[in-house]
Amino acid sequence: MALKIVKGSIDRMFDKNLQDLVRGIRNHKEDEAKYISTCIDEIKQELKQDNIAVKANAVCKLTYLQMLGYDVSWAAFNIVEVMSSSKFTYKRIGYLAASQCFHESTDVIMLTTNQIRKDLSSPNQYDTGVALTGLSCFVTPDLARDLANDIMTLMSHTKPYIRKKAVLIMYKVFLKYPESLRPAFPRLKEKLEDPDPGVQSAAVNVICELARRNPKNYLSLAPLFFKLMTSSTNNWVLIKIIKLFGALTPLEPRLGKKLIEPLTNLIHRKIHIFSSHKMLCSQSHLIVSLSRIAVLISLSSGMPNHSASIQVMKYLGLLAMSKILKTHPKSVQSHKDLILQCLDDKDESIRLRALDLLYGMVSKKNLMEIVKKLMLHVDKAEGTTYRDELLTKIIDICSQSNYQYITNFEWYISILVELTRLEGTRHGHLIASQMLDVAIRVRAIRVFAVAQMATLLDNAHLLTGNMQRMGICEVLYAAAWICGEFSEHLENPMQTLEAMLRPKVATLPGHIQAVYVQNAAKLFATVLKNQEGNTDSTAAQETSQLMIDRLPLFVQSANLEVQERASCILQLVKYIQKLQQKDVEVAEEVCALFAGELNPVAPKAQKKVPVPEGLDLDAWINEPPSESESEDEQPKAIFAKEEPKHSRPRHTEVDEKELARRREARKQEQANNPFYIKASPSSQKAYQEAPGVEHIPVVQIDLSVPLKVPGLPMSDQYVKLEEERRQKERADKKKKEKKKRKEKRSGRGRKHDSGPESEEDITPAHMVDIVTEEMPEVHRSCLNITMNLKGNARTNMISAKKSSKHKKKKQKKEKEEKEKKKKKKHHHHHHHSDGGGEESVQNGTVEEEEPLPVSVYDIQGNLQDGSQVVVSVIFENKCDSFLKSMEFNVLDSLNSKLQRPEGSGPHDGLTVPFQLPPGVSNEARFVFTVQSIVMPQKLKGTLTFIVKDSSTHEKLDFKLHFTCTSYLITTPCYSDAFAKLLESGDLKCSSVRLEGVIMPFHHLLARICFHHHFSVVERIDSCASMYSRSIQGHHVCLLVKTSGQTVSIDAKCDEPTLLGNVLDEIKQTFSQC
Amino acid sequence: MQVKMRFMLLFSRQGKLRLQKWYTATAERDKKKMVRELMQIVLARKPKMCSFLEWRDLKIVYKRYASLYFCCAIEEQDNELITLEVIHRFVELLDKYFGSVCELDIIFNFEKAYFILDEFLMGGEIQDTSKKSVLKAIEQADLLQEEDESPRSVLEEMGLA
Repeated sequence: MALKIVKGSIDRMFDKNLQDLVRGIRNHKEDEAKYISTCIDEIKQELKQDNIAVKANAVCKLTYLQMLGYDVSWAAFNIVEVMSSSKFTYKRIGYLAASQCFHESTDVIMLTTNQIRKDLSSPNQYDTGVALTGLSCFVTPDLARDLANDIMTLMSHTKPYIRKKAVLIMYKVFLKYPESLRPAFPRLKEKLEDPDPGVQSAAVNVICELARRNPKNYLSLAPLFFKLMTSSTNNWVLIKIIKLFGALTPLEPRLGKKLIEPLTNLIHRKIHIFSSHKMLCSQSHLIVSLSRIAVLISLSSGMPNHSASIQVMKYLGLLAMSKILKTHPKSVQSHKDLILQCLDDKDESIRLRALDLLYGMVSKKNLMEIVKKLMLHVDKAEGTTYRDELLTKIIDICSQSNYQYITNFEWYISILVELTRLEGTRHGHLIASQMLDVAIRVRAIRVFAVAQMATLLDNAHLLTGNMQRMGICEVLYAAAWICGEFSEHLENPMQTLEAMLRPKVATLPGHIQAVYVQNAAKLFATVLKNQEGNTDSTAAQETSQLMIDRLPLFVQSANLEVQERASCILQLVKYIQKLQQKDVEVAEEVCALFAGELNPVAPKAQKKVPVPEGLDLDAWINEPPSESESEDEQPKAIFAKEEPKHSRPRHTEVDEKELARRREARKQEQANNPFYIKASPSSQKAYQEAPGVEHIPVVQIDLSVPLKVPGLPMSDQYVKLEEERRQKERADKKKKEKKKRKEKRSGRGRKHDSGPESEEDITPAHMVDIVTEEMPEVHRSCLNITMNLKGNARTNMISAKKSSKHKKKKQKKEKEEKEKKKKKKHHHHHHHSDGGGEESVQNGTVEEEEPLPVSVYDIQGNLQDGSQVVVSVIFENKCDSFLKSMEFNVLDSLNSKLQRPEGSGPHDGLTVPFQLPPGVSNEARFVFTVQSIVMPQKLKGTLTFIVKDSSTHEKLDFKLHFTCTSYLITTPCYSDAFAKLLESGDLKCSSVRLEGVIMPFHHLLARICFHHHFSVVERIDSCASMYSRSIQGHHVCLLVKTSGQTVSIDAKCDEPTLLGNVLDEIKQTFSQC
Repeated sequence: MQVKMRFMLLFSRQGKLRLQKWYTATAERDKKKMVRELMQIVLARKPKMCSFLEWRDLKIVYKRYASLYFCCAIEEQDNELITLEVIHRFVELLDKYFGSVCELDIIFNFEKAYFILDEFLMGGEIQDTSKKSVLKAIEQADLLQEEDESPRSVLEEMGLA
């Protein structure tokens, strides 16, 4: 026995202890792995011995090796052995090793349950402590279940040292074994008031963690925490409590108010609680802290040799700002320069934070400047991840809320093109979708976009040169499509066609090749059209030959789609060539292949299609077969179903008239059905006569920006141009203002005369077609936009042939105009809904007599059926205060009534369902019932509201003008149906003459179409027939003729009063111009 | 006391790991990968950069003391400043315990460093914010260990004798 002990001791003396091992490893830098493997062998020998001291030493060394990344899971059982040693020294090492190496799937953990339980109840508090610490690292659901009770008892241990640990570990136990929460919670709550601060803070800790997961259940503890917050001096605890309140306040708003005072006190005392009070953002007046954050950032950026801790403050300041930005964007926006400075920071963490902030800070005014800065960073950025982040941010910033902040789309296209030159980006797809979106929706930009895309296609080799940059070649997808679809704008379609048929294209991904092939065909059509105009027919034939030469490359493609399209088109071209050789003109027919336009439809458009009356979408079309039905009953059922057929013949007895009416109705329906491919008159025409209605545009937009920038675009040029443009506008404005001032000499101080322009002063150079939630018009109609250019009160008319898009334009209020007593704003809005004969269009005009804070700008109306009118009003808060409790009221007339909710009296106002923070606009809709539509009328109304700061009631008077035109719906009509209608003879005649109209005939037509909701049925030289329908089904037909400056309009309608009024309105429209 | 720490790492300027503590169960392979990745990122940062970075879905808070980097991973909604404070408190504790601590102290007494960490943090939460009580607990546990050891040496001597 003695000998054995002696032997063990001697062995021990020669053993390596931890220090030796560490030293050894340090001395064997070259062959570390080899050295360690010999050490592990030694450790294995040591573990085989009985001496617990040797084992503990071995386990200690193993723990070290484990940290270095060596696998020691094989020694798990030895660790348990050491853990169960009665001596604290070894137990401590054992538990340490266990906490480092064990995890939930370690199987020996099962063996430890009893040992841990024994240690937990040990008289020695350090044994218990060590067991608890270890357990916190490797607790499993089984262990939690088995030991929950023991730990719970420890929570009321006499020693605070144990209580504290027991409370903390309870959180881990709850996570692994949630059932334990209910019985343990009362005791946990008790610990919040433990005399020992350590235990108390541990309890706060655990409850805060729990509350974060499910705040509702802990609301009842709020008073207790409130007491703790006001009494505790421990910063660590305070921060945790504040965080907890952050989770609770959304559930109990009263809490927020109560917290304001103690929190402000705290903030004044301790600045570093800052970052924890992310919740403070909900407390508006604690914005005080924001200024302080800004000071911090400015301080830190101002110092030349900033140290890491200042960087830390910078980071936190930016973080806090991003929280505040959500609720108080204005206050953050004032620190723009500071944030832009942070973009120059060397530190990526800070740059990313600043980038996040920028998104919320852009405005029309600073967008170009900010993006320009970002573009500089893109060039400088080293890492691809950061560069990609920048790229997505640029696109995010520009495209947010329907390109709200972009004033010049040429600039945006150039930015996108510049972005394609980035190396190794993954976001080619994103750029491509932006290009497509902008080109489709911004009509005015197409010429420019097409030119840019053609250059891109021409230089495609730059994009595809490197296979690693495949991400970016997605851009070619967009480029090819844009060039094909809008090929009429191409300067040199032949060159682009050749670029698209280069052999190199075959290396592109399949889906891009497919688009290439398809759009090559579109281009081909355009080229043919151009060439056939010439006398030389060989050019056209050469083009066909080019197609025939190049297409086989795609026919061989492995990609099915490419192959299919290519072989289709190849055959087509071969056929065309045959015709060409016979000297047949084919261009028109080839163009017809691609006639018509694809139109964007809002994602929510489907929702706007009203369900026709009597259609129950939830009802079964066929009753589902009941399962109980036995087989022998089936024949009967079939028989029963046949029965109704006998009654069918009755329907055939309908007279011819009824049939014709139905046919008409069906046509109507089909015309309005977006999914029905119809021979729409306008598209036919586009094909028959080259200029077509497509070219109605009257006056060019008075853009102070040139539409073409030579060479590859440089976005910087636009920034400069934009500045010049604004400067000019500002100068104009100043001049006017000066004049005004001379006249008025009013004492009222102007906000700013030469300072930075306010947001609304910036007029966009191009407009986006914003597809709002409304249903797009399905048919083609003419739509004019009236826009008031700032600085000069003249009105430019732009009329554009529009299809399926909804244009909404918020008109800007100008200072000059503000001073005018009365202001008229017309806003015309088209709206068309589908199905069931329920159609809607309304057109509202508001006359507004008021200058002050609220402005009703945009009125649009909608008719849901023959007697209802929906008026949409856009409220925009122009003042600096918060507006609330808005009430909208209209004095009803006999004919028109505002629909009020049931139970309210005829003079009650309708509450506007929102409040308006400064500078915000929102739209509300009001339904009116109208009985007779043959007369125009004006409704007087008032808007009352409370200005939050002064708490005063304010009143605003306005007039709603329901013109007869408002009740007309642009309805397409075919010439045959039109002729039939005129022949029928039940229409009353009336006519009007307009003198001194000096505008081209197509402008005149466009104007009638836009202002009065007519559609052109047919046009022959200087004579056109037009048609429209009222919401109550009156037909209105016009025959417009022009000779010199005289325009005569002969009109027919089944309701003479309506006709008279409509003609009066038309007359008025032309007398204004 | 907003620390829901996922793990804490100590590593040297040369990229040698000195201490690692994981507060959530993580597979060995993932641990190694994460450690390697993180060390690379943190070591690449210049001294005058801020102490926070976003990495995967975590926030990394690190601070350099002499040749050692202390690096903690916390969750998105956690407070980075407090974590920085925790790191500093841990360094203070080490400093008090070893008496102006250096990297070698931690290398050779790595188990002690662990004991201090365990006494300060438990399951990723701060146990005690008082430096004094943490140090007291450690000292007393050490005392117990010495008591443990002394009778053994006597026995050993007897065995030798």
